[in-house]
Amino acid sequence: MGYSVLKLGDSASFPESHLLLEQARRDGGVVIVLGDRIPEALERLGARERYRAVVVELRTECLGVYTGERAGEEGSNMLGFARFRLGADPATSLIELVRQPATPQAAIDAARAVFESAGLKVSVCRDVPGRIIDRLVRPYYNAALRRLDEGLASASDLDTTLKLGLGYPEGPIGLLERSGLAQHFDVTQALYEALGDPGYAPARRARVAKQRSLAAAQADAWVQRQREQGND
Amino acid sequence: MSIQTVGVAGSGTMGAGIAIVAARSGFRTIVYDITQAALDRARKQTEGFFAKSVERKKLAQGEVDKILASLEGTTEIGALAQCDIVIEAVFENLKVKHELLAKLNAVCPPSTLFASNTSTLSISEIAAGSGRDERVVGMHFCLPAQLMKLVEMSPGLRTSEETFAAAWALCKAMGQIPVKTKDNPGFILNYFLIPFNNDVIRMVEAGLAEPADIDRAIKTGLGYAMGPLELLDLVGLDTHLLVAEALYASTHEPRAAVPALVKRMIAAGHLGRKTGQGFYKYSGNAMFGG
Ligand SMILES: NC(=O)c1ccc[n+]([C@@H]2O[C@H](COP(=O)([O-])OP(=O)(O)OC[C@H]3O[C@@H](n4cnc5c(N)ncnc54)[C@H](O)[C@@H]3O)[C@@H](O)[C@H]2O)c1
Repeated sequence: MGYSVLKLGDSASFPESHLLLEQARRDGGVVIVLGDRIPEALERLGARERYRAVVVELRTECLGVYTGERAGEEGSNMLGFARFRLGADPATSLIELVRQPATPQAAIDAARAVFESAGLKVSVCRDVPGRIIDRLVRPYYNAALRRLDEGLASASDLDTTLKLGLGYPEGPIGLLERSGLAQHFDVTQALYEALGDPGYAPARRARVAKQRSLAAAQADAWVQRQREQGND
Repeated sequence: MSIQTVGVAGSGTMGAGIAIVAARSGFRTIVYDITQAALDRARKQTEGFFAKSVERKKLAQGEVDKILASLEGTTEIGALAQCDIVIEAVFENLKVKHELLAKLNAVCPPSTLFASNTSTLSISEIAAGSGRDERVVGMHFCLPAQLMKLVEMSPGLRTSEETFAAAWALCKAMGQIPVKTKDNPGFILNYFLIPFNNDVIRMVEAGLAEPADIDRAIKTGLGYAMGPLELLDLVGLDTHLLVAEALYASTHEPRAAVPALVKRMIAAGHLGRKTGQGFYKYSGNAMFGG
């Protein structure tokens, strides 16, 4: 079954070329809506009923923002998705496919088949903040950063323990330092606002990294202005 | 101080594995248990383990004969008087550990170090009942000890630096990889793992995603070798409950609190692989469904 892709603005899930984009046709039973201008794209798309599934790219927002909700009975041929990526790391092959309580199975199956045809793996989940991975790992990352500050163990002993003890490919500290503490701040802060659960409250080290990146941007902007004014 | 003879108190799951680790690296090893049955079971498992090592050409028969000859079992606590260190792996109960250490304190020379393999109790609290709290140290091996290299080592509040250094050196001499952690509930591993697993269970409980979808997401997105629900099924929900309750009792952190679903599953006999059903259904050793 063919599918089409409608992209407006920047896509976080597919910023670069990918089989999913290459295989797309001009028309088809499923349409994947990408970018950061989803409301406009949906307007352009027109009548959604003619598709088996309309799958829109999500960031930290819920699908309900685009579909509306009806007392727990919401669900249509419209689904949401995000391709998982950790901070500055390249996007993974995981698609978190977001459904609502009454989403028809046929729409889920059609959307899943499209992603799988492009070599991606699909996990279906409900329309909740953080979907699956972020919802589960952000409290763990915050706890690791807090415990590092409290001197539970050195960063390398913390990482060694979780790698050797649980077979994780990477420990939390090394992983966050590599993929970006400021990016972790953005994700966990959004979840903290959405869920109000203290486990998501950004750990000090994440907040410092975020503030530092803002400070660096401010300093860069000043240097840039000076240059433009020919003052250097 | 140099350690030549290692004692292991408790010949259960962990004690048997720790004894293999010690004997395999050339230490004379004396295993003590209150029941002969536990010693016999461990001996049989140990012989089976080393027979496989020979089969897989990891060890020669001659080496195995030597290792097995250096490994003895006893129900006489007095036999541990010859040990430079005794690693205790008896039941996870402070009173049981205190009683054991008090008896050991009476039979062992003052120089003998005591190490505890506790998962959830405090090293300082265990040491307080030993009569030699400066010579007690935490040495938390992972299951299965004979295969896992990691040992979380923690000093209690009164542990001397020499004690810690000697136990650390022994750990390395046994081919293990020690990490240093504070005497904190759950040390590192369980402190992070138990709340994470509880969150995963809560996600299933709330119907946010199916177990297979969660495991696939974690494996694909984070590169974990095993999904958290596959791991819980392997560990067993009864074991998870015990460790989580102990951790919650000492930290009162909300994420450590056991989700109600765990008790419902245990009541229904859905303990995991060992009962054929947990978050997944199993037939024989193979997983189906999911
Ligand atoms: N099972 C695990 O995954 C695991 C992992 C790391 C640490 N631990 C810790 O290791 C310790 C032992 O756990 P286990 O799973 O091996 O338990 P187990 O029940 O398999 O074995 C305990 C053994 O100790 C013996 N024992 C009890 N009281 C004794 C006494 N007073 N003197 C001598 N022997 C006595 C019992 O007969 C039994 O053989 C506990 O402290 C536990 O928290 C367990």
